[in-house]
Amino acid sequence: MPADGGIGAPNKRREDVRFLTGKGRYTDDINVSGQAYVWFLRSNVAHGRINSVDTAAAQAMPGVIRVFTGADFEAVGGIPCGWQVTDRHGEPMQEPAHPVLAQGKVRHVGDPIAAVVAETVEQARDAAEAIEADIDELPAVVDMKAALEPGAPKVHDDLTGNLCYDWGFVEENREAVAKAFDAAAHVTTLELKNNRLIANAMEPRVAIGEYNSATGDHTLYTTSQNPHVIRLLMGAFVLGIPEHKLRVVAPDVGGGFGSKIFHYAEEAFCTFAAKEVNRPVKWTATRSEAFITDAHGRDHVTKIELALDADNNFTALRTETYANMGAYLSTFAPSVPTWLHGTLMAGNYRTPLIYVNVKAVFTNTVPVDAYRGAGRPEATFQLERVIDKAARELGVDPIALRRQNFITEFPYATPVAVEYDTGDYVATMDKLEEIADLAGFEARRAESAANGKLRGLGVNCYIEACGIAPSHLVGQLGARAGLYESATVRVNATGGLVVMTGSHSHGQGHETAFPQVVAEMIGIDPNMVEIVHGDTANTPMGMGTYGSRSLAVGGSAIVRATEKIINKAKKIAAHLMEASEGDIELRDGQFSVAGTDKSVAWGDVTLAAYVPHNYPLEEIEPGLEETAFYDPNNFTFPAGAYACEVEVDPDTGKVTIERFAAADDFGNIVNPMIVDGQVHGGLGQGIGQALLEQAVYDEDGQLITGSYMDYAMPRADDVPSYVVDHSCATPCTHNPLGVKGCGEAGAIGSPPAVVNAVVDALQRAGKDVTHIDMPLSPSRVWQAMNP
Amino acid sequence: MTKVSMTVNGQPVSGEVEGRTLLSTFLRDTLGLTGTHVGCDTGQCGACTIHVDGASVKSCNMLALEAEGAQVATIEGMSNADGSLGRIQQAFQDHHGLQCGFCTPGMVMAAAALLAEIPKPSEAEIRRYLSGNLCRCTGYHNIVKAILAASGQDVGAEYAA
Repeated sequence: MPADGGIGAPNKRREDVRFLTGKGRYTDDINVSGQAYVWFLRSNVAHGRINSVDTAAAQAMPGVIRVFTGADFEAVGGIPCGWQVTDRHGEPMQEPAHPVLAQGKVRHVGDPIAAVVAETVEQARDAAEAIEADIDELPAVVDMKAALEPGAPKVHDDLTGNLCYDWGFVEENREAVAKAFDAAAHVTTLELKNNRLIANAMEPRVAIGEYNSATGDHTLYTTSQNPHVIRLLMGAFVLGIPEHKLRVVAPDVGGGFGSKIFHYAEEAFCTFAAKEVNRPVKWTATRSEAFITDAHGRDHVTKIELALDADNNFTALRTETYANMGAYLSTFAPSVPTWLHGTLMAGNYRTPLIYVNVKAVFTNTVPVDAYRGAGRPEATFQLERVIDKAARELGVDPIALRRQNFITEFPYATPVAVEYDTGDYVATMDKLEEIADLAGFEARRAESAANGKLRGLGVNCYIEACGIAPSHLVGQLGARAGLYESATVRVNATGGLVVMTGSHSHGQGHETAFPQVVAEMIGIDPNMVEIVHGDTANTPMGMGTYGSRSLAVGGSAIVRATEKIINKAKKIAAHLMEASEGDIELRDGQFSVAGTDKSVAWGDVTLAAYVPHNYPLEEIEPGLEETAFYDPNNFTFPAGAYACEVEVDPDTGKVTIERFAAADDFGNIVNPMIVDGQVHGGLGQGIGQALLEQAVYDEDGQLITGSYMDYAMPRADDVPSYVVDHSCATPCTHNPLGVKGCGEAGAIGSPPAVVNAVVDALQRAGKDVTHIDMPLSPSRVWQAMNP
Repeated sequence: MTKVSMTVNGQPVSGEVEGRTLLSTFLRDTLGLTGTHVGCDTGQCGACTIHVDGASVKSCNMLALEAEGAQVATIEGMSNADGSLGRIQQAFQDHHGLQCGFCTPGMVMAAAALLAEIPKPSEAEIRRYLSGNLCRCTGYHNIVKAILAASGQDVGAEYAA
């Protein structure tokens, strides 16, 4: 472990001090002088035609400033979608309008119909109850396959049915894949669901719009993972405010997991209304509101087929997936079941032919978008479940079947368009077998059996594509954005540094980890480096934090900017020491001339940059501040192997996780403590998906899991302690830190491990069970055991 | 509006509230003690956990008027007299028991109530006691470890820099 607190040191988090003392500054902690409050009247039906919205009584209520309806937003744009998918036939996806407040129809429970701005939140809420919305309820579509039936109710009247797109990948391989299946010695088929989830960051969303009528400047405080993206989307596509007149601030943010990437209607409403009423306007979501307005995640229905030859080599893979988009296209929704899913279907294996078909469907439900892992958990779950099923059908060890088909040579170009730069799947599996003590499983199983419990072991691998992404590539794939990251490094005269990053921290510990990188490069104490993020007014244009990209892309931008700083500082040092620039070395914060005892300290150089009395002014400018934009030339490919041991109670079907081990390859590690924490959190969410969580709609489109009393969040006594290891490191070859990203791995790799383990437990007990859909509730497991 | 008075973190305070004003709202909006967080509206998440007359209470489940005359403790009162982190707070930092920090005040207050009740709790006792406090970031692993450490029990290797 480095003694200097640089790269590799488990530095304690500096942000913790404010969070632990109640001094964090989350968006709801901000109150702007003169602020009014908004309360949204939301649809309580999933689908309906709006005949009229009578606001007269509400307008006359105490404290009411103004009541808004959809008609007030006819002159502005709708909430935009940031990714266009092209279908199998070369046609663009169907892209419906998404008004800020509903116009003409409501399309899901929670769709906003009207909004009351009042002096207090209680007055706004009371007045919202006095609005009379005359809505004719229409038949709702909730089930995706039913939504595609002829004559199904249409979510959007102006679209051709409810199909958003029918995507094929790689379309040219469709026939070759079919032929490979015809020639296969064995085909394993599995139909499964990837359950609909709700991200449930513990901090509900908040937005505060503020308008300065003297300058024409707008400010939005919002719970966002990417304030610059919100500024661009809302300013350019919804409200027509240029970036220089719009500041977006995302201060301390209480978790995101994807759900705070997207541009939401409430952000646009508060910004718009603040100018209309000439008062700051604040909205704080209740948790009940969050359930019906935050974008949901997953919700795929899939049939997957794996073809094997007579020697159990994988020869082809084919999938057909229905992906729920909900009622509107959330910001990055179309990309999740396509480019973030189809490109990962090779997994860790040599499968020469792959064809992925995805039908994205509109339904009368909350929009579905990226949630921790986003597409990659869905890919991993299918693949690792079908491999497990194949092994059981063939009577071979599931681990051996995986090992036999591992990719072992890198770089490796998959048949689904990506190239893995590095990896060592044998090493991570070896490490997993060690840390999970798989050799001891049989003894533990016997002990469980003696206690009347069924013990099972589930093992799987995963791969993900992180560090999104090369801008030129995602542009070809339909992204309406670049995916670089930025950093400005400002060195002050007395030697301290401020790093302004375009990425955003909402639990990831950037304020601690990023200084370790800069400190390592210069050879100074990390406490000399301060991180600024989350405010478009004082950070360079950046794309924010999601997809495990902050260190791989944002950290690389910091490296590039710091390199520029060091290069300039060496010129100054060379001048001060009357030496040649090429002879200057920087070590431990000291510049020296190679082969001499001459040296100047970091602080001497930084002072000279700002007090340039003795300075090469004819060659370089004073000051020491540099900006870099880093656009990666490939994704990064973290990978690993996970093992789960469960006990099933044969009397009740209740599953308990007895052991969970994760062996990950994240490349190089900057702060191992933070990495462990990221894996733990992902595992908690993945185990939650596997055992507990599901957003359930009834056939009328009512969300019947609309609170923590019905939506089963994992609690402390639902999950085990975890064994995690990231010592199998194959550094990324194409970013300067050699890092891969660790934020999503746990959520991607753990659901199949849990399901594989439960199926294993039941099969060992002689039950003819090959699959149970998540969540593996006691009733589902019991029913599977007792058909 | 009705006047309510109580003692918060040792200081006498008072304010005007509606009958429906929640104690959490009074703490946050009237007193400006924004360390107490509100993460749900059904009393399930525990982010708003405080102590009222020594007992662990979800402050969104209590009206401000119900706390008339009470001794209230919040996260803002958990530091040592010199401003340094208190024992439980320090253990959370030492063992990375928090990430986004939103559930953290409630977790620290719940942990303090637990340790007052059971000075050396087992892992199972900690997990059971925390089942009223949701965390979405940590998977609970390091929260449990932090509380074990705060109770003076050996938790093996620490992340000491």
